[in-house]
Amino acid sequence: MNLEQIIQSLDLKLLTEQKPFHEIQPTTGYAADLLSCVMTGASRGGLWVTLQAHSNIVAVAALLELSAIIITEGAQPDEATIQKANDEGVTLLSSQQDTYRVVGRLWELGIR
Amino acid sequence: MTEQTPLRKSSLISDQEAENITRVEELAYEIKVQEVMTPNPITMTASMKMQEVLEQFRVARISGAPIVEEGQLIGIISIEDLIRCLIKSDLEAEIQKYMTRNPFTVKGDDPVVEALKMFVSTKVGRLPVVNKEGLLIGILTKGDITRGLLKALQQDYQTEEVRRYRASHLFEDIESERTSLILRYNIKAGDFTHGGEASSKIKRALSRMGASPQIARRCGIATYEAEMNLIIHTTEGGVIRVEIEPHQISIDVYDSGPGIKDVELAMKPGYSTASEKVRELGFGAGMGLVNISRCVDIMKLESVWGKGTRLRMKIFLKKEDTVGEGHAAKSLEEKR
Ligand SMILES: Nc1ncnc2c1ncn2[C@@H]1O[C@H](COP(=O)(O)OP(=O)(O)O)[C@@H](O)[C@H]1O
Ligand SMILES: [Mg+2]
Repeated sequence: MNLEQIIQSLDLKLLTEQKPFHEIQPTTGYAADLLSCVMTGASRGGLWVTLQAHSNIVAVAALLELSAIIITEGAQPDEATIQKANDEGVTLLSSQQDTYRVVGRLWELGIR
Repeated sequence: MTEQTPLRKSSLISDQEAENITRVEELAYEIKVQEVMTPNPITMTASMKMQEVLEQFRVARISGAPIVEEGQLIGIISIEDLIRCLIKSDLEAEIQKYMTRNPFTVKGDDPVVEALKMFVSTKVGRLPVVNKEGLLIGILTKGDITRGLLKALQQDYQTEEVRRYRASHLFEDIESERTSLILRYNIKAGDFTHGGEASSKIKRALSRMGASPQIARRCGIATYEAEMNLIIHTTEGGVIRVEIEPHQISIDVYDSGPGIKDVELAMKPGYSTASEKVRELGFGAGMGLVNISRCVDIMKLESVWGKGTRLRMKIFLKKEDTVGEGHAAKSLEEKR
């Protein structure tokens, strides 16, 4: 399952620049809104599902080299955050669904 | 190089100065040797006479030249060698009698910092630059590095004077530290916008120096948590200082207040004094210090309430994880 298929299946909105998402294969994921938990829990190359939409999530994802952040419940990061994400090469995706449902769908798709 | 720069003897560095040194150090990782070297240097062959060395040095105003045979570097002749020859009035001798064979070299695509370390450890004045095939592509002096860094800094800074001063400082720093490299960052209290930038830079520097992904990640997480603590919990911000040595990474994070009332309590998982507003951003889980203790081999947290906090951490590097000087030493061994 590549990131392009995940974006399509979950109807995610791409907030940052286009990338060859079909080449990116997230193997696992992590869900939490507490940054310290993400720091220990999230794996390199994994997806991160969160309600947080402020600029500090970009630093966390960059540091951990995550494949993308899925921001839930339609929370909208500001322009500066999107800019920073583009600068750092971090992909931001947005879902209208809540974290519970997004994680459930990812699990169904085999991201475990 | 020294005549144009006011040499600083004081070891006390102001925060502003430290910030600038950091930028130069970063550039030393970003810029490649081939970007600052002198390409196509004057070369000589082993069978030429020392008399010709004297003339070439005088005419071209150089103080050293690589000796090549069919493009392959076989030695180097320097002004010191020429002096030895002059003392003996032996100008009719061939270069091979006086040249240094198998000289230290740097690769064109090495970052400048590798060359800096080589200059410090070998005390040579110039380094021949070779490509992957071992063919000579240029020559590098400390002056070339200074000029290259100054040129790169031109985008950053305004006045010539300040630029000179800053670049010169790097050499002083690296030469005095010898086997270690120090990165220093000033963190402002409440500066959430730049949260995590210092730790990203530290991680990137480590990766460039050849640290394993695991070591870079552990160091990145530990410095991130410490950096955020400076942003969230201090009154005046603080400093992150990272010393990278072949066998260990030492991270020192200190601030001037408010300090921690009960250090033991602060270390407990889940304990946090973060405000509601900060918690809403996802900080203040009370797991930062716990995370740090998991990532580092030694952790020492000291604090005086009303005075400040100092957090010292060490990550030990096993042989296969060796970075920095060790990295250079490895490539040296391969050459010998
Ligand atoms: N540099 C510091 N200055 C003052 N207090 C600190 C500092 N670092 C940590 N603390 C205290 O230790 C507590 C625990 O820190 P930490 O484990 O990182 O959790 P958190 O940052 O999520 O609160 C903080 O809430 C704070 O009270
Ligand atoms: Mg913390």
